[in-house]
Formats: sequence, C-alpha cells, structure tokens
Amino acid sequence: MKLPAFAHVYLVRHAQMALNSLGRLYRAPLASLMTAAVIGIALALPAGLYLLTGNLQRLSTQWDGGANLSVFLRHDVSVTQAQTLKHKLEDWPEIEKLQLITPQQALSEFREMSGFGDALDILDENPLPVVLAIKPVSTSAAGATSAASLLERLKKLPQVELAQLDLQWVKRFNAIVDIARRTIWVIATLLGLAVLLITGNTIRLEIQNRRDEIEITKLIGATGAFIRRPFLYSGLWYGLSGALLAAVLVELAFLQLDDPVRRLAGLYQSGFNLQTLSFAESLALLAGGGFLGLLGAWLAVGRHLAAIEPG
Amino acid sequence: MIRFDNICKRYPEGRDALQAVSFHLPAGAMAFLTGHSGAGKSTLLKLIALLERSTRGQLFLDGENLSRPRKRRIPFVRRKIGMIFQNYRLLFDRTVFDNVALPLVIAGHRHQDIGRRVRAALDKVGLLDKERALPITLSGGEQQRVGIARAVVNKPPLLLADEPTGNLDPDLSRDIMHLFEQFNQVGVTVLIASHDLDLISRLPYPQLQLHQGRLVNPEVLAYA
Repeated sequence: MKLPAFAHVYLVRHAQMALNSLGRLYRAPLASLMTAAVIGIALALPAGLYLLTGNLQRLSTQWDGGANLSVFLRHDVSVTQAQTLKHKLEDWPEIEKLQLITPQQALSEFREMSGFGDALDILDENPLPVVLAIKPVSTSAAGATSAASLLERLKKLPQVELAQLDLQWVKRFNAIVDIARRTIWVIATLLGLAVLLITGNTIRLEIQNRRDEIEITKLIGATGAFIRRPFLYSGLWYGLSGALLAAVLVELAFLQLDDPVRRLAGLYQSGFNLQTLSFAESLALLAGGGFLGLLGAWLAVGRHLAAIEPG
Repeated sequence: MIRFDNICKRYPEGRDALQAVSFHLPAGAMAFLTGHSGAGKSTLLKLIALLERSTRGQLFLDGENLSRPRKRRIPFVRRKIGMIFQNYRLLFDRTVFDNVALPLVIAGHRHQDIGRRVRAALDKVGLLDKERALPITLSGGEQQRVGIARAVVNKPPLLLADEPTGNLDPDLSRDIMHLFEQFNQVGVTVLIASHDLDLISRLPYPQLQLHQGRLVNPEVLAYA
C-alpha cells in the first residue's frame, strides 16, 4: 500500500521526533535513569503487591479445593441405612467424592492412630457413629461459599446429627485478601498520580531548559503541535522505561522469593509455586506506564508551553 | 508586501510605541527603518512578525489582513518571513547545519531536500565549510551569516532584520548589507531596522524615519 505524500511526511516526522527525544534522554543518561528509576519504583510497588495478592488468592482456592465435610449420622442410623443415604447423596452434583466410614473402621483407625487401644477395650459398646466423608466439587471462584451451602443442605437431612466444615478461616483469609486488593488499588492510584507528577515536573524542567529553543522555533514558524511533540515523546519514553524497570524489579523480587516459597510449600506437601508477571500483565504494565508518562507530559506541556511566547 | 494603515501600538503600561503609522512597502522593494532607540523600530517589526498586536489600525502582509490573526494562522504567516536579529538567536547546542535546517524541518521538508537547500543557503553566505561547526566557535560576523542563511533557507518572500549589524564592525557590516542587497536583487522584499546611519546613507534605498513612535517622512513609502 502506498501512503499519500502528506501521511508519509507526517509519519516520518513522528518517527524522527520519537528517535530524537529518545536520543536526548540517552545523551543525559544519569538524569534520565534517575527519573525512570523513580517511576519504576512507583510502578513496581503496586505491581508487586498485585502479584502477591494474586498468588495468595490462588493459594486459598487450592485450600478450598481440599475442603472436606464430615457428616456425623445419628446413633440410631444403621450401617445399611447409611449405605442407602450414601447412594442417594452420590447423585448430588455438588459432591465429588463420598466415603462411608463405619463405626468399626473408625474405631480401628482410632485405635491405631491414637495409642489408646487398651483404653478402648474397656468400652463394651462402640460409641462412634457412622461418618460420611464428603469432598465437594472443587469450585475455584465461588470457593468457600458453595461448600457452605452444601453444608446447610446436609444439615437439614433427618439422619444427620452433625455436619462440619471447618473452613471459616479460609473465608476470613479471602476477606483479608480482598481488603488487601482494594488497598492496593488505592496505593496504585496514589502512586499513579505520583508518576504523573514526576513526569509532569521533569517535562516542566525540560521546557524551562529549552526555553530559548522553543522561542526561536516559534519565531521561525513552528506550530504548537511541532513544539509539543518532542516533550510528549519524552514523557512517553520516561513512562515506558519506568514500566520496563518496574517489570524487572518485580521479576527480581519474585526470583528472590521463589526458592523459600517452594521450600515452604514442600513442607506442606504442596506443589504451590509463585506466579510472576504474565505476558499480558507485562504488556498492561508497559501500557499503563507509557500512558501515565504521556499524560503527565501532556499536562505539563499544556500548562507551560503556552506561557512561552517570543518577544 | 507590507501595508500599515494608521497603526497605533500602546503597551499595557500605557506607553505609546507607535502612533498613526502608515506606509506601504511594495513587493520586491528594499528599505531601511531608522530612528533612535526607543523610537519604535523594534515594535514595528514585531507587529509584522505577529510578536505583538496593534492597538488600532490595519496591517496587511502579502494582501492578508493581520490586524486580528487567528492563533492557528500565526506559524504559517511567520514562515513567509525570514527574521534576522541583532543577537543572532542561534541554537548553541546544534551545528551550523542543524541551525540552518530548522525552518525546513519545521515545514516538513524531506531529508534529501533539506541537505540540498541548507548547503545552497550556506554557500550563499560563504559558510559552506562550517556546516559541522558549533555556532559558539564562529566569529560574530559568521554567526550573523548563519542567522541570515537560516532566514533565507526556505525562500521567504520577506526578510525582516532588526539591527543586523548592531554587534559588528564596519567592514563586516558592509558585507552583511551586501548580502541583503543580493537577496533583494532576486526579488525578496527586505526591511532592515538600523541606526547605523553612516552605512545606510551610502546605500540607494528609502529610509523610513521614526521619531517617538511617529513616522517623520511617510511620503517616501506612501501608498498609491
């Protein structure tokens, strides 16, 4: 496809300007790097916290999946009656696995595990009820709530003496993660604002430093767009390089955490491992950084360029 | 090319810089603007370049009424004017080539085109061998010639110069004036503000004389 001449000129000028302002940053590496580093740290903090809570939430859904319900049947329910109930319950969609533990099995297991074998011999009658061990269908998102509703249904059965789901703490944990998430959004908003101010201020200084140049180009007939362009590109480059730095910082931090987390997970017989930035998340971070840089520059340019008129 | 019709300029602090100034500089003409400092020479040039707005009266440039120009139009009006300053106003962090190329870059010329035109302009002012130099390494006369090359590189129909020889010795001043004459001979309209009466009285061009904001001799460029 052949572009019309004016579009070609326009694109070439943009490309020149983009490279030109990149070159300008490159020629003052220390100052540019410091600005990029401040932006990078400001972006790395919410990005890292976001990843951390994401991992925590993943961890808690793993626990949810392992949540088992113990249903203790009434004493007058016999093993055969319990078998019938078991067959009925196997048709419930919320239940993935169902195991019937007879009083005999429970007693022998208890005898083996507890070491109270001799004491149990004294009992003339098995005091243990029939127990159904239920593994609910693992639901990742709904998690604890669907297990809780299953618990309510089971409790209403006439044969059931007691049904237990000791996952109250998982709910609490999820609630805490939720609060943390919201806090991160607040922090991210504040730090995003900080990035705006940092780029805005850097661009403002750059405008002041190049005041003569701006006046002269205006005298020679430069349009507002022509004068704005290099500063907008500077802002974009600051934002992008800051975001890139933020991604590197987050990756480095998570690399440091990876080994200890694996070891800890190993101790809990869990295959859990930390997830770092996905490709899409990295792109979002870059886009966000670039956008904030551009916006900060745009605000500064709007305020300060109009004030410079040749005289 | 330039027509002033009863132009008045009063600065916000109340000083009357120009009062009822009328004249007409036809296309292709060359003229001098003289007067003491503070007589209003700079103000008159600034009105033409749209660096200031007149308080009253009508101003025409190349047939276009510029008394109340639209903001978006200003850059394009300025591209018709090559401006030359007493203090040269060069960019000191860029080479001679880049300084002269600036008007072409602003106007969006192609790369090859820019190189060709910049070298032609530098050749005309005799600085072709200095294109890679930084302005700070050049003498005053050379810097002013870079300024002139920048003013003419995009072939504007009008050259405005504000005390172009103010910082130069007589020999260099004569060279610079000779350059302006050469541009005028190829059809460029030239208006030069100067108080170097010794120099300009030896040249055969009309002199508009300003005194306290008024034209002393409007008849030399009265409009037909």
